[in-house]
Amino acid sequence: MALGRAQAVLIGVLAVVIIVAVAAWVWVSEPAIEEVSTPPPNQFDNALVQTGAQLAAAGNCIQCHTSENGENFAGGFDIPTPFGDIVSANITPDPETGIGTWSEEAFARAMRQGIRRDGAHLYPAFPYTHFTLLSDDDVEALYAYFMTRKPVNNDPGPSDLPFPLNIRAVMAGWNMLYFDPGRFTPAATMSDAWNRGAYLAEGLGHCSSCHTKRNWAGAEILKARYEGGEGEGWYGPALDGSGARATDWSTEALHIYLRGGFADDHGTPAGPMREVARSLQRVPDEDVEAIATYIASLSDTPPQSVDAPGATAEQEPAYSVLTAYGMESDGAAQSGEDVFAGACASCHFDGGEQPYYRPIDLAMSSAVNAPDSRNFLHIVLHGVHPEPGQRSRIMPGFEGTLTEQQVTMLADYVRDHFSDEPAWENVGDQLDTIMNGEDEE
Amino acid sequence: MITLNVNGQSVDVDADPTTPLLYVLRNDLQLNAAKFGCGLGQCGACTVTVDGKPVFSCLTPISVLEDREITTVEGLGTEESPGALQQAFIDEQAAQCGYCIPGMMMRAHALLSRNASPSDAEIREWMQPNLCRCGTHTRVLRAIRRAADAAA
Repeated sequence: MALGRAQAVLIGVLAVVIIVAVAAWVWVSEPAIEEVSTPPPNQFDNALVQTGAQLAAAGNCIQCHTSENGENFAGGFDIPTPFGDIVSANITPDPETGIGTWSEEAFARAMRQGIRRDGAHLYPAFPYTHFTLLSDDDVEALYAYFMTRKPVNNDPGPSDLPFPLNIRAVMAGWNMLYFDPGRFTPAATMSDAWNRGAYLAEGLGHCSSCHTKRNWAGAEILKARYEGGEGEGWYGPALDGSGARATDWSTEALHIYLRGGFADDHGTPAGPMREVARSLQRVPDEDVEAIATYIASLSDTPPQSVDAPGATAEQEPAYSVLTAYGMESDGAAQSGEDVFAGACASCHFDGGEQPYYRPIDLAMSSAVNAPDSRNFLHIVLHGVHPEPGQRSRIMPGFEGTLTEQQVTMLADYVRDHFSDEPAWENVGDQLDTIMNGEDEE
Repeated sequence: MITLNVNGQSVDVDADPTTPLLYVLRNDLQLNAAKFGCGLGQCGACTVTVDGKPVFSCLTPISVLEDREITTVEGLGTEESPGALQQAFIDEQAAQCGYCIPGMMMRAHALLSRNASPSDAEIREWMQPNLCRCGTHTRVLRAIRRAADAAA
């Protein structure tokens, strides 16, 4: 009899497990949306396609949805995450490997809820957590834009994620914890430009993706919004004024910068931000200015520009800088200061009177003031380059010129000499990752 | 005094340690292959290799070069007996005015030392920092292709 009771208990437990599992499956499952035949490109209004093109540029869709030397939007770009590489999808209207059989309804659901046409969950490396803010009109325009792109037959293959993350349904749990779906609501007290900027920056622009720290599950930490994050092996500086002095931006400076120009005291976009600025070239100027308006408003502190207290031209800088002739020793470089005197000072000698072009004041540099050395190292190694065909101030890269040890000494010296922030840690490891690791660009 | 290792020879240089390598090569060592183009690391005419990597000698202070291996075009061969890469440039007649060619050869040398059989696309991408005002790029690319194929 005891055995029978045990069996009964076992059966009961099994039944509960099965019911819970089925319920969970039903709960996480999303229905497939019926396939449609690919709409012909001439079905879409030209003006709508144009609007969609500008919106797609504001979202910089092309960067993650195009592989190196691949066709535009045909996917296959590996997005490195702490969990593994996520491979971007083909979003051309190819019926077999792209989104050619997606209705606008399926497209809208993917954009705003992160569910694929067939009902599978997308990974939040695709920023549906931001795109959920999109208006119906803008989803329609984006649909028109993507359905009129050249269809490319390219199956990018599966993402390389470990169990259980390779089961897409797991994302239903992630969404429950971290996804807040819903459209954008303008703030009544703010200007139209600010609201437009907020809509673009928080929605398509997904700025906070790289400028906000993420938690263990890869979700942006809401309490730490815009306190600085990371993207593609670069530090994404704080935009809320909580960082060191260089993060105080005026709307005007941001506008110049987002347009790919050189903002005095700040410099020009580098690293992943260069790609963003490149994409923003196709966005109407008033929209870029609106984004600048919104982002500038995130910092509570008044913008510190050349005519603000603490940075006036008349005031003596808080540091002294070697001239190119100031090196004390007459032999090989023994210190970061020696390296600086030889390799850097001829342009950066006093924060900026170089006759050809004025470099930024290193004391104001977001790279020099960042919590870690990655941006500094990227720039020292690879330089800062203008867009092909564009005028801009430049910096050559010093990879190969300086040894790893010399770069490390230089980083310690520049941090100590130009910034009030504490010394950087793990400079050598970060240098090794940039030079030899996978995040090298 | 700084001791430099240039083309396999050890030389003592008595110059300010912040002096760019280019000036020392040309003025002190009479190695005139590397050229002054822009002085800003933007044209590549001054390219030499340091520890096998291409660098702009106009931007490289000699203070960072002790115990490192510097190679210039003079290290690739002589007028009487040009090196394989030099011969390939001659065979393709890759020079117009010739000013950029030493830099082109040294950047190409660095590529072929690490990758003996690069694809055409790899050569193109690798040579991107070096400019030729005369527009001989296509011949330069052919010369590098020829040198790579000859070694294969």
